Amino acid sequence: MENVSRKGKKTDNPGALLHTIESRLPPTVRQRLGNTWFRLHPFITSFFDKLSRNLARFVRGIVPQAVAIIIALLVGALVLWATGHSPIDAYSQLFAGAFGDSYGLGQTLTQATPIIFTSLAFLFAFKSGLFNIGAEGQLLIGGMAAALVGISFTNLPFYVHLPLALLAGAGGGALWGFIPAVLKAKLDAHEVITTMMLSYVALYVTSYMVNYPFKAPGWVAQTPLIAPAAELPRILPPTQLSGSIIVALTMVGITAFVLQRTTLGYEVRAIGLNATVARSGGINVKRGMILALVISGTLAGLGGAGEILGVERRFIDHFSPGYGWDGLAVALIGGLNPFGVVLASILVGALRSGGMVMNRVTGVPLDVIYLVQSLVVLFAAAPQLMKYLSKRGVLTLRTAGRVLTRFKSILKNVIRRLKEEEL
Amino acid sequence: MVNILDIINIGLFAAALRMATPLVYASLGGVFSERAGIVNVGLEGMMLMGAFTGVLTSFYTGNAWLGVASAIFTGGLFGLLHGVLTVKFAGNQIVSGTGINLFALGFTAYMSQTIWGSRGASVSVPGIPVISLEFLKDSVPLVGSALDTLFSQSPLVYLMFIVVVLSYIVLFKTPVGLRIRAVGEHPAAADTAGVNVYRTKYMCLIASGMLAGLGGVFLSLGTLGIYVLNMTNGQGFIALAAMILGRWKPFGALAASFMFGILYALQIGLQSTGWLPPQIIQATPYILTVVVLAGFVRKAKAPSDYKPYEKD
Amino acid sequence: MANDKINFEVMKGEVHGLLGENGAGKTVLMKILYGMHKPDQGQIFVDGKEVRIDDSAKAIRLGIGMVHQHFMLVPSLTVAENVVLGLEPTKYSYLLNIEKTLKDIKSLSDQYRLQVDPKAIVSTIPVGVQQRVEILKALYRKAQILILDEPTSILAPQEIESLFDAIRALKQQGKSVIFITHKLKEVCAICDKITVLKKGKVVGTVEKSHMNPDELAEMMVGHEVLSTFEREHVAPGKVVLVVDKLKALNDRKTLALKDVTLEIHEFEIFGLAGVEGNGQTELVEVLTGLRELKSGKIRFLDEIITDASPHRRIGMGFANVPEDRQKTGLILDFSVLENLILGRQDTPPFATKWSTLNLGNAAKFAQESIKEYSIKTPSDHTLARYLSGGTQQRVVIAREFSRKPKLIIASQPTRGLDIGATEYVHKKLIEMRDQGCAILLITADLDEMFALSDKIAVIYEGKIVAVKDRNKTNELELGLMMTGGKCE
Repeated sequence: MENVSRKGKKTDNPGALLHTIESRLPPTVRQRLGNTWFRLHPFITSFFDKLSRNLARFVRGIVPQAVAIIIALLVGALVLWATGHSPIDAYSQLFAGAFGDSYGLGQTLTQATPIIFTSLAFLFAFKSGLFNIGAEGQLLIGGMAAALVGISFTNLPFYVHLPLALLAGAGGGALWGFIPAVLKAKLDAHEVITTMMLSYVALYVTSYMVNYPFKAPGWVAQTPLIAPAAELPRILPPTQLSGSIIVALTMVGITAFVLQRTTLGYEVRAIGLNATVARSGGINVKRGMILALVISGTLAGLGGAGEILGVERRFIDHFSPGYGWDGLAVALIGGLNPFGVVLASILVGALRSGGMVMNRVTGVPLDVIYLVQSLVVLFAAAPQLMKYLSKRGVLTLRTAGRVLTRFKSILKNVIRRLKEEEL
Repeated sequence: MVNILDIINIGLFAAALRMATPLVYASLGGVFSERAGIVNVGLEGMMLMGAFTGVLTSFYTGNAWLGVASAIFTGGLFGLLHGVLTVKFAGNQIVSGTGINLFALGFTAYMSQTIWGSRGASVSVPGIPVISLEFLKDSVPLVGSALDTLFSQSPLVYLMFIVVVLSYIVLFKTPVGLRIRAVGEHPAAADTAGVNVYRTKYMCLIASGMLAGLGGVFLSLGTLGIYVLNMTNGQGFIALAAMILGRWKPFGALAASFMFGILYALQIGLQSTGWLPPQIIQATPYILTVVVLAGFVRKAKAPSDYKPYEKD
Repeated sequence: MANDKINFEVMKGEVHGLLGENGAGKTVLMKILYGMHKPDQGQIFVDGKEVRIDDSAKAIRLGIGMVHQHFMLVPSLTVAENVVLGLEPTKYSYLLNIEKTLKDIKSLSDQYRLQVDPKAIVSTIPVGVQQRVEILKALYRKAQILILDEPTSILAPQEIESLFDAIRALKQQGKSVIFITHKLKEVCAICDKITVLKKGKVVGTVEKSHMNPDELAEMMVGHEVLSTFEREHVAPGKVVLVVDKLKALNDRKTLALKDVTLEIHEFEIFGLAGVEGNGQTELVEVLTGLRELKSGKIRFLDEIITDASPHRRIGMGFANVPEDRQKTGLILDFSVLENLILGRQDTPPFATKWSTLNLGNAAKFAQESIKEYSIKTPSDHTLARYLSGGTQQRVVIAREFSRKPKLIIASQPTRGLDIGATEYVHKKLIEMRDQGCAILLITADLDEMFALSDKIAVIYEGKIVAVKDRNKTNELELGLMMTGGKCE
């Protein structure tokens, strides 16, 4: 079986590779390795086999998204140029702000963290065939729940208070996912509309709570600070990067594990691919759908909790600049795969944090980032578009190549003639 | 104590009519799209682009009606985009629609900032003048004043009624409408009957976008004459709920949208009385939409087959 | 090659039969004539002029009308609307002219003896009437040549007679009819000429006067009759499944099953014969727990399982080989391995007690199954989508049979499979029976029915009209009962 790695090299069957290595070893070494080596052989082969297969699949999934991102950035550059900004200035500030120094990098990761949660949320629901576009609302409710637990107790030790607050965040998100879930399963209510509506409801409800019952004294619409025992520690001062990213990455691993290696994940995926067959295989489709949306909401809620407990340390009205919506774009960019999602989150986090720098330095509005993101989503909507474009692209490249080779031979001819004449 | 007549009066119905109008346009857009077999969650974005383009054009030309025309054109453009992505490239309809929404949000905020220096709102531009029926106040006894309040509306409101009737006639009384319904429900049957399935879908999506654009421009030019960040605020989605509640029929969409319009107007009225905190009241339309979807549309079966149509 | 150098001629006013088995190439040929498929080579002449048929609209313009096997009617529209779709008469240039529509349809209807109610909504009328609508559609478009694709497969005998009546009326009016079917008797009853197709090639064309069913059968099937392999007679054991007075509704909310009662035993293959659409699909769905029943009882071994979930039934020993392996049998985007464990993904040995999947056991099981059932796949990770039809069926069978079930429900298990795959499926079914399994076999293929079944029942319009021992009946009798000709 052929495995194609990222650089385009063809690695033969790993077994053959091992044989080549073996044959190159001096006989004494070979003797010493002897038995152990040959016993390990099949394990090593199967490991590389699995690794290269997964890597190949990963790369194949990423390439169209990468192309989409590049095209989207180019269009963004066009828009910038057309409205009188210098794309080069803007993009270089963006890049420098996001990755230029350790502060920028830290901020990039900080911005990426809640997006990891919300994109996992969209992804998980999507695997079951449902569209959860209300991650923003679930994030807000989760954040509020965590904040409330954070401010309500003052004397709990951190190993109780922090997990409790996180749990509250998870629970809040779960609740906000449960409502549309049950409405869909029992009453067939379109989850696209219900999750969207509940997002608005969450916005207003949390706004109310932070403006009235739980408002801290002062002018700003925010709650009092949470107890220090409930905080997620900052892990890279002076950036705002907090333990939330550790929770996020753990969730990535857990999500991947659940989807691929548990019964629940299997059932959720089956429902998403073919609910009829799933049902005849004994899977309880309604229960699966509800679980998928609830888990989806939980993930988003944890994201909100992470932001509140790690970054803001209190619930501030409108603290989320749209992490929920980013989650959707990121899930699609990341190829709907938990690990791709991490990369895509970092990319979008970079866009956000670098974008803020870009805005400060060059005055370019931050919204150009949303523009770029939305273009990637549009590309992701129609994978055949990418195939069509790449086919067209390959065709143009091929014709260009042919023209160039023709040109090259003409050139050579001319040079030869000139040389002859000189002589 | 709240005087109920402070809230429930002719003014309420006048406001309800105003608030229902963009919903009617957008839900009609939804009807055309879905009757042709394509889900259009991008109505929100198409409305927003319409609202913005209208203000932009009016800003540069000083002519509000040109603004309306440009809004319709822009809406149609995005409808076509949605069509190309979902029909020609057999893309995922929900993702495409959501992409359009995100694009509209980003684009309008960016351009607003670039042109007017503020991403939150534009400057005031010439809007569409309201048709004033003030003369009724004096000429007609008793109800003159009420009629004046109720019916002194923007011309786009009157246009809305005409569009609803036209939509009904087109969908149910013309060959075009028959073909649309066939294409949406059983594209293979329409195809073998000689109907151009792809072209029908494209036409419907363009119409859908145009209607949404019209709804959006009413929000901006038809009322206050300015553009505000995220003006539509979810109305594109509420329009979808109205479409479902109205059973994918023009008059049904009108009735459902009007119901939502009354809820909106009530909400504003309640806010002004200060009886409940503003945020809670603002949340009510959305809560009610969920309730409506949950409770009253249980047996709603969409008239369409939403799978992408492939000729083999 | 679906169509291999086919030469074919139809005269004006002639009813020409196109006879062949499933997969002989009839459908592809018709799709070409109707513009739904492009030929790679060859020419088509209409009225002596060469034509190229690029799409359905062109075919219609050339006077070719097609009545598809699976109707192309829009369910929520009326008969009239369906007939005129695409060629609607108008008044004031833009509005539908309903009066003219109704008038036109009535005159066509009377002219060709095809009675319909133009205002009826298509989803509410019976199948036989729907077919008439399809024919009217073609006639409305001034078709001179009508192609009928397997028109009798869903009709009851009286309906078949009215169809033949209509065909005769068409002949009288000078129209030509191409009658595609695999049914010998009908083709002999109504056709003037018959062209036999086998494996994409024309075997021969026969005139009415020279028609002989046996000869035709041999032309159709040739020498590739399935080997009737040796089957021991095994005595049936105890009762496994009892279905008692089952009543169930179909999707159109009409009664699909009317007091169905059956008994199936261990060591027995119970065949259920019937024309498609007489309730078999609904019966399978009720038995597997996917459809609610209106009244009646189902007893499995000694338990009443009328309300049991599909999950429970699988646990109790039900196995199901569904009719459409791609839509209801396999999850095409799941790997072979994942498909193989469907139904057992939450029990040991494939699930641990913490509900995680034991992929090691699953892989081992996959390897064993691949070997035992000769599943031709590059690896157990290959997606089911990329397998051939026969291989896909093997995956379904491996999945269901390796559970050592007590009852197997097999619907059209060899549909679309070649000879080799068909023989394999038959062999496996007999093997399972010999191991004590009770098998309910539902098939439209009477040869298969006789090759495998110990007992044969006939279902017609939702009722069981007979239950007979295999050697106490024959094809003719079954055919009569399947079409409502005889009741016992």
